[in-house]
Amino acid sequence: MAEYTVNKTLDCKGLKCPMPIVKMSQEMPKSAIGDVIEVISTDPGALSDFPAWAKTTGNQVIETKQEAGLIKIYVKRLK
Amino acid sequence: MAIDVEQQLASLRSQLEERPGAKKKLSMVVFSGDLDKHIASMIIATGAAAMGMETVLFYTFWGTAALRDPKKRVGGKNIIEKMFGMMLPKGRNKTTISKMNMGGIGTAMIKGLMKKKNVASMDELFEVAGQLGVKIIICEMSMDLMGFKREEMIDYPNLEVGGVATFLADASESSIQLFI
Repeated sequence: MAEYTVNKTLDCKGLKCPMPIVKMSQEMPKSAIGDVIEVISTDPGALSDFPAWAKTTGNQVIETKQEAGLIKIYVKRLK
Repeated sequence: MAIDVEQQLASLRSQLEERPGAKKKLSMVVFSGDLDKHIASMIIATGAAAMGMETVLFYTFWGTAALRDPKKRVGGKNIIEKMFGMMLPKGRNKTTISKMNMGGIGTAMIKGLMKKKNVASMDELFEVAGQLGVKIIICEMSMDLMGFKREEMIDYPNLEVGGVATFLADASESSIQLFI
């Protein structure tokens, strides 16, 4: 896994579908192309929602981690 | 010879771009008036908008009642229209679930569960939909039949009244068309 820096963290703890991807869609335009946004979620649906969101919007999920009951997803803005 | 091929290419390209169902767009008919079906349609609509799809909702028949604003009063209705006004839910927070309503207990239970688990409420979903640019078209015929006036409908950023052709024009260029 290539090194990357997290430019922004999106706290989505406690939020349920569709709010995590809604928040991402509002946050992504504020970042630069190439930026990586870290999403922290407690919603298991986010594991499949974020890759689907990334595919449809032309961005990329570069890593997913699960630790201490939290799901961390790293989304890179490609365009 | 070369010019002919270029012309054909250009014609093919424009045919491809204008073919039905090409756009990254979702059109949905909201026909049902039940709370659970409204929640489903709003979650799909906001999800689609969050994924960059142009999203259009066409509220018709029983769905129309959910767009009434309970705080607004409007006069000038005849007896039948007043009856409809009383019998149909006054806005989205007065709708009930389609099964196991049990005189209102089922609906209260679902709302309680949603609040406890932090699922977005109808109010939150409508607000987010407005922010994300989801367009709502209200069926003119339904409004006319049930006696709903434009003035008693909710304030929403992208709201207009239309007929079936308005919806079908949106639907024919959408890649997703749904009926709830």
